Amino acid sequence: MPDLIRRHTVHSFDEELEHLTRQILRMGGLVEQQLATAVRALVDRDEAAAEEVIARDDQVDELEEAIDQEAIRILATRQPLAVDLRMVAMALKISNDLERMADYASNIAKRARSLLEQPALKPLVTIPRMAEVCQEMLRLVLEAYATRDPEKALVAWKRDGEVDQLYVSLFRELLTYILEDPRKTGACIDLLFVAKNLERFGDHTTNIAEKIHYIVYGNRINRMVVEES
Amino acid sequence: MATAPIAAETLRFVRRSRQRDLWFATLALVILFAACLTLFGLIADLVIRGAPHIDRDFFTSYPSRRPADAGILSAWVGTVVVMAVTAVIAIPLGVAAGVYLEEYARRSLFTDIIEINIANLAAVPSIIYGLLALGLFVYGAGFGSTILTAGVTLALLILPVIIVATREALRSLPREMREGAFALGADRWQVVSMFLLPAARPGIMTGVIVGLSRAIGETAPLITIGALTFIAFLPPPPFTPEFPWISLDWLWSPFTVLPIQMFNWVSRPQPAFHELAAAAGVVLLALTLVMNGLAIYIRYRDRARRVLG
Amino acid sequence: MSAETAAPAGDLPAIRLDAPRAAALGAIARKEAPALKARVENLSFWYGDKQALFDISMPIHERRVTALIGPSGCGKSTLLRCFNRMHDLYPGNRYAGRIVLEPEGIDIIAPKTDPMIPRLRIGMVFQKPNPFPKSIYENVAAGLRIRGVRNRAILDEQVEKSLRRAALWEEVKDRLHASAYDLSGGQQQRLCIARALAPEPELLLLDEPTSALDPIATAHIEALIDELRENYTIVIVTHNMQQAARVSQYTAFLHLGKLIEFGPTEEVFTRPRKSMTQDYITGRFG
Repeated sequence: MPDLIRRHTVHSFDEELEHLTRQILRMGGLVEQQLATAVRALVDRDEAAAEEVIARDDQVDELEEAIDQEAIRILATRQPLAVDLRMVAMALKISNDLERMADYASNIAKRARSLLEQPALKPLVTIPRMAEVCQEMLRLVLEAYATRDPEKALVAWKRDGEVDQLYVSLFRELLTYILEDPRKTGACIDLLFVAKNLERFGDHTTNIAEKIHYIVYGNRINRMVVEES
Repeated sequence: MATAPIAAETLRFVRRSRQRDLWFATLALVILFAACLTLFGLIADLVIRGAPHIDRDFFTSYPSRRPADAGILSAWVGTVVVMAVTAVIAIPLGVAAGVYLEEYARRSLFTDIIEINIANLAAVPSIIYGLLALGLFVYGAGFGSTILTAGVTLALLILPVIIVATREALRSLPREMREGAFALGADRWQVVSMFLLPAARPGIMTGVIVGLSRAIGETAPLITIGALTFIAFLPPPPFTPEFPWISLDWLWSPFTVLPIQMFNWVSRPQPAFHELAAAAGVVLLALTLVMNGLAIYIRYRDRARRVLG
Repeated sequence: MSAETAAPAGDLPAIRLDAPRAAALGAIARKEAPALKARVENLSFWYGDKQALFDISMPIHERRVTALIGPSGCGKSTLLRCFNRMHDLYPGNRYAGRIVLEPEGIDIIAPKTDPMIPRLRIGMVFQKPNPFPKSIYENVAAGLRIRGVRNRAILDEQVEKSLRRAALWEEVKDRLHASAYDLSGGQQQRLCIARALAPEPELLLLDEPTSALDPIATAHIEALIDELRENYTIVIVTHNMQQAARVSQYTAFLHLGKLIEFGPTEEVFTRPRKSMTQDYITGRFG
C-alpha cells in the first residue's frame, strides 16, 4: 500500500483534507442509520419511524452540499495533485453516491408507509436479509474509507453479488404470490420496489468501494483479476 | 505589562545608533569641507592671477622673452596633437587587450601574471615611463624627441587605465546578456562586437577619458624624452595642397605641451611669467574639465537612451 | 477578445477545439508515441569536482512540451543547459554520456561537436527576461544577423512573423525601433521568445520563463507555449507544478541530480509511480 501518511508542508491543508474525510464519514453514518430505520419501519410496521426517515433526508442533502463546497474550495485554493487530487475529486463523487443511497432509504420508508394501509403479508425474511448485507457493506466501505484500506473496500465490493442473488430470488417469490392471489398485487409491488431500492443501494456501495481503490492506487478495480481470485 | 521596558530598551538602542550616525556624518562633512575649500582656494588663486592674461593674443602668440608678447600657441597645439596620437594608439590597443583578457583568454598562470602586471603598471611613477621611452623610442627606435615619441609614451602610460576600465565595463554586464547572445548561436567575436562592446561603451569611454585627462597633465615623462621648452613654430600641417594631400611629417616634429610651457614660465624669476603660468594653468584646467564633462555626458546619454545599436 | 467570440452577458461560450489541436489531443488520448526530437542517454554532469547530474536517460518527443520539475538544486536547469552547451561558457565543467539530436543523430555534448552547432539549431529563453540593450526590431533580428542575414526584406518579414508567433506584434508594431527596455516584464519575455523563434529553431528550451512575471503575463506565455507546440519541440523548466501540469505532455521529475520519474504528464500528476514524486507534487516534501 502506498504511503499516504506523510504530512503536507502546509499543515492547514492536512486539516482541510481530514475535515473533508470526517464530513464524508458523518454523511455515511447518517445514511446507514436512515437505511436501518427505514427497514425497521417496514418490518415493524412503524409509521413514526417511516416519517422520521423521510424528514431526515434533508439533513443528508445539506451535508452533501457542505461537502461539495468544501471540496471545491480546496480545489480552488490548494490546487491539489496526485493522491490529494484523487481524494478531493472522489469526495465529490462519494458524497453524490451517499446522497443517492439516502434517497433509496427514504423511498423504502415511503413504501413502508404505503404498506401500512394494506394487510400484512407473511413475515418478511429476504428483505431484512438484503438490508443486513447492504448495511454490512456500507460499514465496511466507510471503515475502508476512513483508513484508506483498499483490501477492505474490495471485500465489500465482492459482497454485492449476494444482494443481487437475494433480489432475484425475492423477485421470483413475490411473482408467485401475485399469481396465487392477485389481491396482494399492490403490496407485492411495493415490496418489489423496496427490494429494487436495496439492490441499487448495494450498487452504490460498490461504487464507493471502487472510488476508494482509485484514491489509493489511481486506477480502476480490474474486474477480471478480482473475479478470478 | 512586559512591553513597556522592552520599548524603553529599544528606544535607547535606536537613540544610540542615531547618535553614532550623526557623529560620523558631522566628521565626514568637516573633512569634506576642508578638502573642497583648499581646492577652491587654489583654483580661485589661479583664476584671479591668470584670467587677466587670457585673451585672443594669448592663444595665437608664440612664447617670447617679453612677458607681454608671450602666448601659448605652440603649447596648446602641441597638447592637442600629442593627445590625438595618444588616443589613436591607446584606445584600440587598450580596448583590444581588455576584450582579450576578459572574453577570450582562459585563466592560466600566464594571464594571471599579465593581470598582476597591468595592475602594477597603473601605479608605476610616470617618470619611469619617460626613462623607458627615452631608451626605447628616442634612441632605440630612432624616433627622436618628436610628437610621435610623446604620443606613444603617453599611450603606454594610460594603457593600463583603459585596459582595466574595459575589463570592468565588460565584467559589469549581466551574465544573461552574454548567455543570451551565445544561446542564439553567436561566435565569440559576434558576441563581443554586436552585443558586449556596444553595451560596455559608456564604461569604456569613461576609462578612456579618465586616462586622457591624466595624460594631458603629464610633464615628467615628456621632459625626460626631450620635449623642448621654448618653441616658436608649429608642426607641419597634416594636409598638403598636392597629392597625396595628407602628410604625416608633423609626427616627426619637435613639440612642447601646456604643462611644460607652464613649468618653463614658473621657473623664470620675473613675476609676470608666473602670472602667464597661472593663465596657462587655467586653460589646462578648463581642458581637463571639458573632457571630464564629456565623459559624464556620454555616460548619461547612453543611460538615458539605453538603445545602443 | 474579438467581437464574434464574445459571449452574451451571463452566459459562457461553448468550448470548441480547432482541428489541429483536436488531432493532437486525440493522438495523446490514443497514447500514440510521437517521434523523438532528442534522446538523453546516461547523461552525467560535473561542475568542477561536484557532480550535478547522475546518469540521466529520457526521451524528448517531437512537437510536444516536456517539463522538467523538481525542488531547487535538483539539476533541472543544469540539465536544460546541457542541451545548448551553455555550461561550456564556464571553465571546469564536464559532461559524460550523450544527448542525441534527431534526425541526424549527432551527439550534442560530444567534445568534437562544436557548441555552436546545437546553439544554432536550439533556441533558449531564460528565467529573467534578458533583451539586449537594442531596439525591439534589432532584438528579434539578432539571431538572423548572427547567421549573416543582411537582406532587409527577409529581416522585416521574419521579425514580423516571429513577433506575431510570440503574440507581441499587435502591441509593438508601431514602435519597433523603441528600446526593448521600454516594454513591461511580460512583453520583454515574449520578446525574448520571439528572438529565440526568429531563426526557426528545431528545439526550444525555456528556463522558468514565467518565474519573474505576474499571473496575467504568465497566462499569455502559457497560451503561447500551447500554440507553439504545433510547430516546435519544447523543453521547459518550471518550479510551478500546476504550470507543468497545464502546459506539458511529458514530465520528468528530478531530485538531487537524479531522474526519479519520467512519464506522460497526466499520469505523473494524477498517479505518480514513485512516492518521492508524489510527496513533491502534493507539497509533502522535506
